[in-house]
Amino acid sequence: MLSRTAANLFWMARHLERAESTARLITMGQRMAVLPGSAYRDEWRSVLRVTGCEPFHTRSGPVTEADVVRILLLDSENPASIHSCLVRARANGRSVRTKLTQEMWEALNLSWRRFEGYGLDEACQELPALIDWVKTRASVFRGAAETGMLRHEGHDFMRIGGAIERAQMTLRLLDVKYYVLLPETDVVGGGRDHYQWSSVLHALSGIRAYHHVYGGTYSPAHISDFLMVNRAFPRSVAYCVDQMRWHLERLAQEHGVLATCHKTVDEIFEFLLDGQDGAIFQRGLHESVQQCLKLTNRLANEIAESYYF
Amino acid sequence: MELTVRHQTTYCYETPASQVALLLRLQPAALDGQVPRQWAVTVNDTPVQTFRPNAYGDGEAFVHLRASVEEVLIVASGRVETRDQHGVVSGFRQEGPLPVFLRQTHLTRPDAAVTAFAHSAGGTDRLSRLHALSALVRDRVGYCAGSTSTASTAAEVLAQGRGVCQDHAHLFVSAARALGIPARYVVGYLMAQAGDRALRETHAWAEAWVDGLGWIGFDATNGICVTDHYVRLCGGLDAHDAAPVRGSVLGATTIAIRADVMIGEAEPGAAQQTQQQQ
Amino acid sequence: MTFSEMHEQDGTIRSCYAEVKRWIDETGIDGLHGRMDEAEAIFRRIGITFAVYGEGGDPERLIPFDLLPRVFSRLEWERLDKGIRQRAQALNAFLYDAYHRAEILRAGLIPQDLVYQNEAFRPEMIGFDPPGRVYSHIVGIDIVRTGPDQFEVLEDNCRTPSGVSYMLENREIMTRMFPGLFSKGLVTPVDDYPALLLKTLKEVAPPACKRDPVVVLLTPGSLNSAYYEHSFLADLMGIELVEPVDLFVDNDRVWMKTTTGPRAVDVIYRRIDDDYLDPLAFRPDSLLGVPGLFHAYRAGGVTLCSAPGAGLADDKAIYVYVPEMIRFYLGEEPILSNIPTWQCGTESGLAYVLEHLGELVAKEVHGSGGYGMLIGPQATSEAVAAYAARIRANPGGFIAQPTLALSTVPTLGESAVVQRHADFRPFCLVGSQMRLVAGGLTRVALTEGSLVVNSSQGGGVKDTWVLRN
Repeated sequence: MLSRTAANLFWMARHLERAESTARLITMGQRMAVLPGSAYRDEWRSVLRVTGCEPFHTRSGPVTEADVVRILLLDSENPASIHSCLVRARANGRSVRTKLTQEMWEALNLSWRRFEGYGLDEACQELPALIDWVKTRASVFRGAAETGMLRHEGHDFMRIGGAIERAQMTLRLLDVKYYVLLPETDVVGGGRDHYQWSSVLHALSGIRAYHHVYGGTYSPAHISDFLMVNRAFPRSVAYCVDQMRWHLERLAQEHGVLATCHKTVDEIFEFLLDGQDGAIFQRGLHESVQQCLKLTNRLANEIAESYYF
Repeated sequence: MELTVRHQTTYCYETPASQVALLLRLQPAALDGQVPRQWAVTVNDTPVQTFRPNAYGDGEAFVHLRASVEEVLIVASGRVETRDQHGVVSGFRQEGPLPVFLRQTHLTRPDAAVTAFAHSAGGTDRLSRLHALSALVRDRVGYCAGSTSTASTAAEVLAQGRGVCQDHAHLFVSAARALGIPARYVVGYLMAQAGDRALRETHAWAEAWVDGLGWIGFDATNGICVTDHYVRLCGGLDAHDAAPVRGSVLGATTIAIRADVMIGEAEPGAAQQTQQQQ
Repeated sequence: MTFSEMHEQDGTIRSCYAEVKRWIDETGIDGLHGRMDEAEAIFRRIGITFAVYGEGGDPERLIPFDLLPRVFSRLEWERLDKGIRQRAQALNAFLYDAYHRAEILRAGLIPQDLVYQNEAFRPEMIGFDPPGRVYSHIVGIDIVRTGPDQFEVLEDNCRTPSGVSYMLENREIMTRMFPGLFSKGLVTPVDDYPALLLKTLKEVAPPACKRDPVVVLLTPGSLNSAYYEHSFLADLMGIELVEPVDLFVDNDRVWMKTTTGPRAVDVIYRRIDDDYLDPLAFRPDSLLGVPGLFHAYRAGGVTLCSAPGAGLADDKAIYVYVPEMIRFYLGEEPILSNIPTWQCGTESGLAYVLEHLGELVAKEVHGSGGYGMLIGPQATSEAVAAYAARIRANPGGFIAQPTLALSTVPTLGESAVVQRHADFRPFCLVGSQMRLVAGGLTRVALTEGSLVVNSSQGGGVKDTWVLRN
């Protein structure tokens, strides 16, 4: 397969995943903003921080919903906005059009212009519907790929791109919010409440899954465990790493070559395995998150290198 | 006469280049008036093996370098036996259609002034007319290093009245073609004599076609026809078309190019070389 | 008098249109309109978008599709077929000659300057023998019809003619929507075109290729107006669709970058203009292109289809001499005639054109897509005067032709079947042999009376049928 084709499939999936994760984050922000104590938590700011878009907020004072809609949904200048991600995913898809199925292409093609010329007021008003729409587009695309796409190496590259982006989104979220999960310190202005813990789970649409696994109570240790090392929750880092390992393994078998990226993905896997049963928490959550971010960044570079992107 | 030449071109990149592609025309052809001996071309010390004739019959090689390249050093060196043919350049192994050399290019296209200039060259026949034209070019465009760039056109050079060998050659071919005489731009080496423009770079001159004689080399810069002090590398419609080294680079930002030519008369029986200093 | 392809002079239906007529009557105008909407929806979903002749504009625009097919009888096609092959062969012979001994110039049949001073002439190609001596591997010939037996060539396209995807898709849509029309086997299929194209491209593999040739299609990228066609053809041929960044040259061979490392490429069906093929050989300021590609080509390491410099043969000033080429190289009389053409570059031509500009169609020698063209009888006197000034400023850049009474074909109007002017572009494949599928692209001017069929100016496309007997 052409390296450019592989790279485009990889990035197409990353952009789409990014759009979807960002949509989930906005949902979390909305939910938190209506809960008690929202003013001091400045939850919208952490949404910008997780997506790396804080620099786009130039006004002083707390971040508002409208700011977030402008920056993360509509702004075509911001490469991380949902709008930009959809446009770029579609551009990636278009240049490898013949490697996609009709349904996959339609899913991409129908959505890309949606946010062109959308007014801010209008978008704020219709926000829940728009967010749902983004999530639906991503699901339709995934579904089309799941049932229709040939399992050639292109499929592996696509899945790897999606998994790496998803893992990094979870890691960035933990990187920004790790302090709410620290038992040792107190937050200024009062004790940490379960709202803050649940916000992290909301951001990853994992509330129900969490309760299913750990019962009805929140604890920082359980939440960290759930998001980092649980291998059943699809937005956990460990699950994403499993996915990457499986697809990289397939590539290695098909090409008959083990590259540096294969060593690295194993390294991340071992690291998370060692973190089970609360160990990751004892090791230091912040340090573990940092280490995983570093390793996944390295992995992305090594994949590009190994397959001549 | 036997000349020794060492022609070195260096490309420097500020950041390492991920890919460098080079098109080289650094292989002097064996002609009636010049026979290369022990000629070799290397790129970063690796010999360049195959030079193939291009459309004009000049040897051309392509070199591709991958992985981070910080510097490219191209060295063409060897000895060339030359003979004075009174300006006649003959013995080409392949001759294209002459009218092609009436094509004007972006760099040679004459304006009204160049056309008038061309017609002001007197002479009773084509040969004497070309001699007159060569002298006129030298009169009207004074040698002045740094006064023009590689993008200067023949028309600009005439208007400005200053230039270097490239500009003289452009103006000469432009005017000759305007008179309906096939002419081409030539690049090579010149061993300077007292009073000549001594060179640390490649030299440029022109060739024009005279029925019955063939191609005649005119060096308007020095006001003479080519002699056994000249080594011809390659020709073309203009300086761009006849560039002895063309490069294309990926992934690097700033490029510095240095060229250095050393040429001298070989001592009989020895491969020693003299360095010409201005 | 305009010739209606559907009707005899007495108004009865010509026999080749009998099936179409029966179908129209059976379905009714309203029925046809309903199906038309369906067809359009399918086109939009598949995403068939592009401008045909590099006309610019929105690259993702849909070209209107007209449901009613254009029909040629077997007899008509046989003549067209011969004429098209004859022309494609002569054009390639001319290109070989022009870059070698130029016998036709020595014979004084074509003025020297028209070749050697031509922008489309590539000095770099002099003396080079492309595999099989083929320069133009896909020759698209634009043909108009002015009477029952009058077919005339409007222009030749020897570089990378586009539009063949419409020929295939139009037929595909028609077959999907109206299987009954095709079940009787009346219409010659066209769907073997991609297989024939691939066969043709493999036949011209370079000397360095000692295996089943690896063929790729080189596109400028997804922003190109014909990108849909590029990906469509690559897909149907099962070959890689590559962009310049995917390729590099090493050791006089061309390689594509794949996930398992470099892979050698033998034949490149390029849909990129000469200027942008290789920054080391052609335009140095081009950011596109594969450095060293032309060198590898001359070294016999790869074949470029079409050859650089093939555009010389479709130059509008050279066009005038194609009938001479046919006589000179093939010793035959041209089967398809040229349209009388005045060259403004000649004194007599210029005088005639300036005097009669209001009755003529004038074109830029290097223009395409119907832009920069003047249709005298339909232009205002100001427009004619302005165009005359442009011609005077650069006479060699213009030609003029009489306004032709283009034939009309049945087209679905709002409340009835109407007659609209059309042209025709078949695609002749040239490898070690010539191949021509029975069909092509019919473009139709959807505006009543209009003679401009370009999609950017209100033109549409339709299926073209060649009857089996």
